[in-house]
Amino acid sequence: MRLAVHKFASCDGCQLSVLDCEDELLTIVEAVEIAYFPEASSRMDDGPWDCSLVEGSITTAHDAERIQEVRRKSKRLVTIGACATAGGIQALRNLGDVEAWRAVVYARPEYVATLATSTAIADHVPVDFELRGCPVDKHQLLEVLLAMLHDRRPAIPRESVCADCRRAGQVCVTVAKGVPCLGPATQAGCGALCPGYHRGCYGCFGPSDHPNAPALSRVWQAHGADRDTIVAALRTFNTAAPAFDAEAKRLEEDR
Amino acid sequence: MARALPITHLQALLDRLGADGRTVVGPVARDGAVVLEPVRIVDELAQGWRDEQAPGRYRLVPGEPRVFGALLGPQSPKTWLYPAKLTLFRAERDGASFRTTSPDRPPRLALLGLRACDLAAIRLQDRVLLGSGVEDPAYASRRREVLLVAVQCHRSAETCFCASMDTGPEVSSGYDLRLTEVIDERGHRLVVEAGSEAGRAIAADLPLVDVPHDDDAASRQAAEARAGQSKSLRTEGLRERLLDALRGPHWDEVATRCLGCAGCTMVCPTCFCTAVADVTDATGAAERVRRWDSCFHTEFTHVHGGPTRAELAARYRQWLTHKLATWHDQFGTSGCVGCGRCTTWCPAGIDLVAEAERAATAERRTE
Repeated sequence: MRLAVHKFASCDGCQLSVLDCEDELLTIVEAVEIAYFPEASSRMDDGPWDCSLVEGSITTAHDAERIQEVRRKSKRLVTIGACATAGGIQALRNLGDVEAWRAVVYARPEYVATLATSTAIADHVPVDFELRGCPVDKHQLLEVLLAMLHDRRPAIPRESVCADCRRAGQVCVTVAKGVPCLGPATQAGCGALCPGYHRGCYGCFGPSDHPNAPALSRVWQAHGADRDTIVAALRTFNTAAPAFDAEAKRLEEDR
Repeated sequence: MARALPITHLQALLDRLGADGRTVVGPVARDGAVVLEPVRIVDELAQGWRDEQAPGRYRLVPGEPRVFGALLGPQSPKTWLYPAKLTLFRAERDGASFRTTSPDRPPRLALLGLRACDLAAIRLQDRVLLGSGVEDPAYASRRREVLLVAVQCHRSAETCFCASMDTGPEVSSGYDLRLTEVIDERGHRLVVEAGSEAGRAIAADLPLVDVPHDDDAASRQAAEARAGQSKSLRTEGLRERLLDALRGPHWDEVATRCLGCAGCTMVCPTCFCTAVADVTDATGAAERVRRWDSCFHTEFTHVHGGPTRAELAARYRQWLTHKLATWHDQFGTSGCVGCGRCTTWCPAGIDLVAEAERAATAERRTE
């Protein structure tokens, strides 16, 4: 399998998760030919590739064209991380005035060519599998790679973080400590990491496949969170994920 | 005459239970709740704590110096007899074929501090996992070996409704040992009664003392727990009332509050649904892994074309009507033991008793 790893607008953290596979990576390298992975290797094979992992969101006209080419040259295209699957934290720009921000932030704004929005890869090209997370979980990433290698469907549940949290025998932080948690509306995959450290879930993996975000907002309110707090919690790494975005807008309009 | 273990000799009980390589699992205070974890020494037990429970709320607060002062946490015997995640077998390549290896030997367990509702839950799991035609080997191997050491409840939590389910609060059967914790002017002790041959053998090895005045300690405490239990589920005709209400308006309403997080099914001591997945490692070796699944997950009913219960209202209805109504058709009993875990540990505080009553009495929607 000829593998490529591409970067769009992102922090590189998900690509680092690939390198973080360490021991397993050595075994995988025996079965996989890493043909294009600028973060890790100076080899720059031009494609076509059997499988492309795509990190990052589309924020420039140039990238909007480049993703089309990546898609054309890739038999399978897998997006990795919150940027690629939901637009990332940089999708906060979708809510603001990009021209005004550019003028304030950069000394020479005319040097910066950018779109008004940050959008997920799936908004531009068909995607074969979306792997969530900010960053992605190394075990899930391995599972997806192995599934691609063995031509099977990845075993990546789309249930909530709560399911993993309870299976792990962790004590619910909301029930036992009154700590607001995004877990009930967030997709599992991290191993319920934050509740395991007595904190609420931050929603890094985006909405589960059946979130009831309005009901969760009421739970947060019952534990003392005001609307601004809930909106801020929803508007992070997966701000543009439809279920989180819709709930944040509903709360803002309700105000 | 009643026989009791002075609390100063509690270590002798842990040691005896753990003899011949058994893992003793008991109530431990961790992260703001009492959980069931391996214990070797007395100091690890959750002594001096008391639980306050309400829908969506659990707090561990300092209490009397009781070892078993906190009633129920989010875990149950299911956690140990029917683990949340289990490797069923491993498979490795062998030329053009493959060979499988069995999982590791299951642990031999002694579960300490179970309540009447926990024993009732084990009876239900026995019925489902051993007695419904197909035996579950993973459960059977743990269940056959386990020692069950129950504790008589001395009070009820706000969320308890075992009396109405006829599963408690008296610890009446299904135990190897029954303990009743007594603190009075004569001291602090555990009245020990055996309910099986294995229990008698253990009791015979313990430094017990005669306590003539404790003959009715268990029934006295059970009566106190019963008197203090305010919640009750009206079970009479409940199956019929719920099945009549399948098209009622209530399900859509509860679905506006339900998070669909599956927490209730995970903490329920009788929910038994699992999902099986095959996972491969980088060398091509595979494992078949079973994990707790839930009727609240859309993937649970995923078939070609999508899930059969796509709406949250349909999933909530499935959980409640299966637990309280169609369990009767399937297993000849209600699936609920009245422990209240689903209610306490629901982040949204959805109260099973209240919802069952509301659903069963709601007017039918006109089609």
